Amino acid sequence: MSISPPSEKIWWREPIEKAEVVWVALALVWCLIMFAMMPLWHLKGSQNMSNEAYRISPEAFQEKVEAMVTKYKVGTTGKADTPVVHPPPGSDVYLMARLWDWYPVLELEKDKSYRVHISSLDWQHGFSLQPANINLQVHPGIDMVVTLTPTTTGEFGIVCNEFCGIGHHSMLGKLRVVGK
Amino acid sequence: MAAAAEFRTCPLTGLKLHRGAEALIKANAVTSIVVLAIGGLFGLLVALTRWPAVKLLPADMFYLALTAHGIDILIVWCIFFEVALMYFASSTLLGSRLATPKLGWVGYGLMVLGAAVTNWKVLEGNSSVMMTSYVPMQADPLFYLGLILFAVGALIACFIFLGTLVIAKEEKTYQGSIPLVTFGALVACIIAVYTIASGAIILIPTFLWSIGLISHIDPLMYKVIWWGMGHSSQQINVAAHIAVWYAIAAIVFGAKPLSEKVSRTAFLLYVFFLQIASAHHLLVEPGLSSSYKIFNTSYGMYLAVLGSMIHGLTVPGCIEAAQRAKGFNNGLFEWLRKAPWGNPVFSGMFLSLVLFGFLGGISGVTMGVEQINIMIHNTIYVPGHFHGTVAVGTTLAFMAITYFLVPVLFGRELIMPGLAKIQPYLFGLGMGGASLFMMGAGTLGVSRRHWDLAFSDAPHAFEYPAAAYLLLGLNGISAIVATIGGIAFVVVIVGSVLFGKPVVAPKVAPPAAPAITQHGNAAAMSVPGTFTLAMIFLVCFVLYYFVNWKYLASTWGMS
Repeated sequence: MSISPPSEKIWWREPIEKAEVVWVALALVWCLIMFAMMPLWHLKGSQNMSNEAYRISPEAFQEKVEAMVTKYKVGTTGKADTPVVHPPPGSDVYLMARLWDWYPVLELEKDKSYRVHISSLDWQHGFSLQPANINLQVHPGIDMVVTLTPTTTGEFGIVCNEFCGIGHHSMLGKLRVVGK
Repeated sequence: MAAAAEFRTCPLTGLKLHRGAEALIKANAVTSIVVLAIGGLFGLLVALTRWPAVKLLPADMFYLALTAHGIDILIVWCIFFEVALMYFASSTLLGSRLATPKLGWVGYGLMVLGAAVTNWKVLEGNSSVMMTSYVPMQADPLFYLGLILFAVGALIACFIFLGTLVIAKEEKTYQGSIPLVTFGALVACIIAVYTIASGAIILIPTFLWSIGLISHIDPLMYKVIWWGMGHSSQQINVAAHIAVWYAIAAIVFGAKPLSEKVSRTAFLLYVFFLQIASAHHLLVEPGLSSSYKIFNTSYGMYLAVLGSMIHGLTVPGCIEAAQRAKGFNNGLFEWLRKAPWGNPVFSGMFLSLVLFGFLGGISGVTMGVEQINIMIHNTIYVPGHFHGTVAVGTTLAFMAITYFLVPVLFGRELIMPGLAKIQPYLFGLGMGGASLFMMGAGTLGVSRRHWDLAFSDAPHAFEYPAAAYLLLGLNGISAIVATIGGIAFVVVIVGSVLFGKPVVAPKVAPPAAPAITQHGNAAAMSVPGTFTLAMIFLVCFVLYYFVNWKYLASTWGMS
């Protein structure tokens, strides 16, 4: 029994049951297929982590955000009059997370790529773009660069999905994608 | 030798119980069940708050309850019960005296003190930092200190377990190799030592930071090391509850492993590969490379998943073999149909096995894919997944073996056998439902750890799909069913310990090991039913896995 010492003292010489042999072989093949899928998707797939990130001070990041807002502001929106910016396609755009808002509102063009920089000024936050369902972790002191290519138009919510204190559930940003 | 008085023989099972060990097993198990009751009720409050139509708690109380629920269930309940299991699997199964029982009480005292201090700080309201306590968010210094004390106590218990193995070997209390169940407990213990070391490496500096002696803790470094504890502690659970599955198969059916070699190798794969999966929590983190993520999230080419898939076959397989040896030989599934479904020890274990595999296992591997995690990170899919592992897997397995342990340790019969009979179904189906519905809502993008599904105080407007509201309502109802199951468990167990009729002599003969001395035949398939079930599992797994890739391919381009 499993709760008593093996009945055969030399148990490693026991023959293996056929079902086990077949199952282990099948499971191993499946495991290797799953392992191959991740590198394969890096080569062939279109949804991958960029692996591009830099150390940056919150002050330096905020400066870059403000510079972009000054340059490309096209209006304001929402209860807090958050600036809306429309940066040129292909450019570096900045999104800042802080207790408890996302700043500014980015307006992007469909099927154009942008180098989106995301960082936090204070605690950790979670970038959860809905309903596109893209979820990224946002750290203070790290400038994460992701090249995003929107494939759908409309208004998107940026939910904070990393707990960041009592105002966490009111931390909601916007992102617009317009057709061209 | 004073040895004779130190032991008693259980009239039900013939197990030789060391009194020093017995007292410690009882104390740790009873404490764990008290914590389960408290932590479970916090869980109900959380689920009822996330049910949009009920929204029970205000925001601050919600985050407080969620912090308490996470710490009490994921850490305190599981580890207290695992300490009891380690003492049982070493001292009791090997018929040996326990190493240094006095030190065992010191460890127990530290764990109780640590858990109490951390809970006190959480309940005070100034440490609602979630179980993960990510810096730079800061909790009360005593919050971290409590966790450190708890970990030191648990580490003492691990070394007592290892010491007991040495004593049993030295005093020749058994012949040959340690039993498979003890081997599983040893694997859990090795993972626990690694887990506690990771916890110490990060929580001690974090404690020093919280009292101002260290100026800065890097948030990314914190996460990498913290998850060496946070995820690995759940791997202790996996190793421990699989040991429990094997134990119950032996207790109820007299089952012998199909082959010791295969089952032990599967456990060994856990030692090598299971812990590196802490990378599951770091897949969408900036600053870590994809090669690091891919190797670690896959447990090194999924070799720990291979271990679990092997147990998924060999546990029901050894039951099938034992049942067929008893004559339940008709068709593919007579062995399963004629199993004792009214015995909570068996039904709890088998539900745990099936639900853990289908809900917790498949979802865990799928969401742990580096790219698929982009759709799942920090959504409520994540708690959906781990209620499929820790709640219906670990907790249900531990409940099942408790029904066996009460008569053995306390010498009491179970009260309310009718309630005990349905309890695993109530808890299993309630928690299974909660797991599924949370995963469903997570697929729709709903955030975890979030008080307001409607974002009423936000500067902008955003609405999740209407189905999310429905799914969180169903989750609330499931949580109520599971809570009823949880309360039934506590009532039956506590009631039996306090008021159960004393066990006098075994009513039925103890499940003396049936005449299964050898199976393992490379030529013929002796467990066709189990193999069929395993193939159904594999087909579901493959389909679900690729459906998620397809879903990923439909979202925006990211590079």
